[in-house]
Order: sequence, then structure tokens, then C-alpha cells
Amino acid sequence: MSAFITLYLIPALALGAIYAMGAVGISMIFGILRFSHFAHGDVMTLGAYGALSAVWAFGLHPLAALPFGIALAVAAALLADRAFYRPLRKLPTIYAVIASFGVALMLRSAMQLVWGPQNQQFVDGVAAPLVLFGWLRLSLLHLEAMMISVSCAVALHFFLTRSRTGRSMRAVADDPDLASMAGLEPERVIRWTWIIGAALAATAGVLAGMDTQVHGNLGWNLLLAMFASALLGGIGKPMGAVAGGFIIGLAEELSTYPWLSAEPLVSPSYKSGVAFAIMVAVLIIRPQGIMKGSLL
Amino acid sequence: MTALLQIADLTAGYGGAAVIENISLAVAEQEIRVIIGPNGAGKSTLLKSLFSMTRRLAGSIHFRGRDITGIATAALVPAGIAIVPQSRNVFANLSVFENLDVGTYAVPRRDNTLLFDKVFALFPDLKDKRAQPAGELSGGQRQMVAIGRALMCDPTLLLLDEPTAGLSPAYLERIFDLILDIRNTGVTIVMVEQNARQALRIADFGTVLVAGRHYISDTGANLAANDEVRRAFLGGGQASDSPA
Repeated sequence: MSAFITLYLIPALALGAIYAMGAVGISMIFGILRFSHFAHGDVMTLGAYGALSAVWAFGLHPLAALPFGIALAVAAALLADRAFYRPLRKLPTIYAVIASFGVALMLRSAMQLVWGPQNQQFVDGVAAPLVLFGWLRLSLLHLEAMMISVSCAVALHFFLTRSRTGRSMRAVADDPDLASMAGLEPERVIRWTWIIGAALAATAGVLAGMDTQVHGNLGWNLLLAMFASALLGGIGKPMGAVAGGFIIGLAEELSTYPWLSAEPLVSPSYKSGVAFAIMVAVLIIRPQGIMKGSLL
Repeated sequence: MTALLQIADLTAGYGGAAVIENISLAVAEQEIRVIIGPNGAGKSTLLKSLFSMTRRLAGSIHFRGRDITGIATAALVPAGIAIVPQSRNVFANLSVFENLDVGTYAVPRRDNTLLFDKVFALFPDLKDKRAQPAGELSGGQRQMVAIGRALMCDPTLLLLDEPTAGLSPAYLERIFDLILDIRNTGVTIVMVEQNARQALRIADFGTVLVAGRHYISDTGANLAANDEVRRAFLGGGQASDSPA
């Protein structure tokens, strides 16, 4: 029991928390801008590198360095939008999808140029686990990841339902033409979408980097699972993406538990295939995802 | 005195093709102006052109003496003009309250209590449904949300595109009564209507468009009494309900 919680359940929820924060951005960007943002994983990686640099420069705790990662990721997302996505706004969205592949490659190469090709550690050594009741060993980082992710989801929910900007974002997601007729500035709403999406991606990137290592493919490797999460929750629905993220995280990790024999049910090397299988199943059975409504 | 809304030689359409040609109109303050005409006459296109949603090929539009020709759609709301499009005119996933609230965002932030009171006084049904998603309402109630949302920016000029399209006769009467009430609060109204006979009854002035051109403008009563207009555009019975 304790091994199941320590080695499978908690890591699964932590992974889900990371997927959730990445998937929220993908889902919101799709809801507002109507295109799949394939550079989202690399925005995550950039956030991780931004925080890593602040750790090196100021000797901060990685989580205290998070604002630096967020600032860098937000700046990159806004710049990419201004330079590459905005000129394509009036064209069919497939142009923006392809442009986002280009942005992904540019970001990754630029990061390799600046931070080098080798893997980097946020903190050297092994962190001591938290021991509860004398038998339950938990990774502090995993608990932090879950708390941060859930807090972000709750804050985002209140932002979308209570604030003027949040309601404007939902209105634009609902009907962009009517939103302009009601006097809402579409570009302002788009700007906020990038700010929130990139900030959450950077947070997810830092947590993913702390959990393993920071490298150029950190976010790209998580992209498939994040898209699966966004689709599972119903693309364009951030709260659905949060639920989707946790479900995909759980499914991936728990599929490697030795449920039937002493062997893992699914070999850990095929873990990401589980996310892919869920994505395919969702697209066939319930393409609208598990949630109703848009951007809520 | 200059008119509140002055359209001069407006030619507009979609792509390169003109749908309306050389339209000139002057609408006075607190007037109800009804635009009628057969299907495809360009009624909706005229309304959309006022809101910079078509391609303007020639002509100008002045509002309160200011040239608003071709300014961005979203900038017209702060200028004092609101539009209710014919279909898809509510945010279906937002609650009734949120739909109305969104209507206030384009104008400077202030206390909106009075505006909410005013809209709920006009549409008492909406008060009980304020928490319900607008997409779940009936067609008539949705129309009220749409008009209410437009009124939340406290407009000087309200543009309505077929506000009674697809509504039952009972609702039709209510909407026309409401339009009179709204005018009496000081709002100028330009509306496109298929139910031409009933609409001319509440109109101060009517304008008939035919094939994208101005055909005749006169008082609502005179148009309703005009034999030629009656024969050609008001028909023997009800005007058709199909969208233009």
C-alpha cells in the first residue's frame, strides 16, 4: 500500500498536475485563437531555463525563481504572437498551426544555443522525502506540484467567472464576432490568453525540470500528453483540461503498476503510448471531450 | 439642426461587389427608423455597414457630427452606438447576468447598478433567469438578453437587425412595445424589419430599400398608407419571415 502511494499514486498526481497546467494553456489558446499551439511545450522549456538562470545567478530556490521563468516565457509568447501569429490571424488557422511548429523549432534551437545541449539540474543531490505516520514517504516536490496546480486551477476559475477580463475572454471564445460588436477588443483578450497560457506553461516547465532535469526537449516530450489532456477535457475548456491532465497523468503512471503479476502491466517505456491511446479513444468515442461549455 | 446619424452616398458590400449603392439617409435624435424591403434588398448590409462590418466602397457616415466612416467595430460602442445582430446575438455559454455585464465593458468603468435596474425594468423576465446560461433560453428571451446587452453600454443609437425574426406573434408585440419604451428613454433606433406592417406602426420614419438602392423614405404612417408601397412591399397578408 505504502509503496503504491509513494511510487505510483503521488508521482502520477504530480505528473498530472504538470500536464494540467500545460494543457490549460493549449485549451485556452485553442478556445480564443482557434489553433493548436505546437510551440507550447517549448514555452514550458523556456520557463524552466529562465528559472534555472535565476537560480544560478541569485542562488534562489527553484520555486522562488519561478517569476523569472514566467517573465521569460510570457515575453517569448507575446513576441511570437506579434511576429508570427498575428499577421496570420485573418487566414485559415492551419497557417498558424504550421507557424507554431516553426516557432517551436526556433525556440528549441535558440535555447540550445544559450543554455547548451547538456542536461542541467536545478538542485544537486536527492531531496529527503516527507515521512508521514512513520510509514508513508512522500516527495515534497510532488506535493508542491499538486498544490500549485490545484491553486492555479481554482484561481483561473475565479478569474474566468468573476473578472471583467476573464468574462471578456469567455465571450470572445463563445463568439468572436459578437464580442467585437459588443465593443470588446479582441487583441486585448488575445494578449491575456498568451500571458496566462505562458505563465502556467512556465510553472509546469519548472516543476517538470525540478522533478527530472532541464533539457531542450523537456516540454516537447510532454506535448503529446498535454494535447491528449486538453482533448480529453474538451478542447477550449480550461477546467476540462485540468481534469484531463490529472486523468492522463494517473493513467500513464498507474498503467505501469504490477496489477496482474509481478511485472508492470505496461512497460514504463510505453507509458506515453497510454496518453496516445486515450487521445485516440476520445476522438473516436467523445470528440467533444468530457466537459460541457467553453472556456469554463 | 444636424441629424444624429447622417449617411451620405454609401456604397458597400462584400469582397468587391456592392450590395447597397448610393444610400443617403438622415436619422434625427430619438427617432425610430424602420428599414424595410424585399429579401436581398440590402437591409442587413446597410446596418452592418454602419458597424464597419462590410467592405465600404464609397460614401461616408457621420454620427453626432463626427466622421465614423470605417472606424473599428469595437470602437463604435464607446462612441455610443450599439448593435443587435439578427442571429447568434447572445453569448450562449455566459449567464444572462454575464451577458449584460459584458455589455458594459466597452464604456468607462462606473457603477452599473442603474443600468441593470433599467434593463431588468424593461425585461422583468430576465431577472429570475440571471444565473442561467443564455443559450438555454427561448428565442424570445434570448432576443431580450441581446437587446438588454446592447442597452448596457447606454447607447445613443441602437441598431436592431430583425428583432422579431422567428418569434411568435405574442412576443412580436412585446418586442415592438419594448422598442417604443426604449426610445422613450432617449435612445434613437434604426431597425431592419421583415414584419413591415407592424413595424411601420411604431416607426416615426420608414425607408424602403429595393435591390440595394434607396426607394422611398417617408413617415411610417404615410408609407403604410402609400398604395404603391402597400402593394409591392406590405403584401396582402403578413410579410415573409425568412431572413434577408
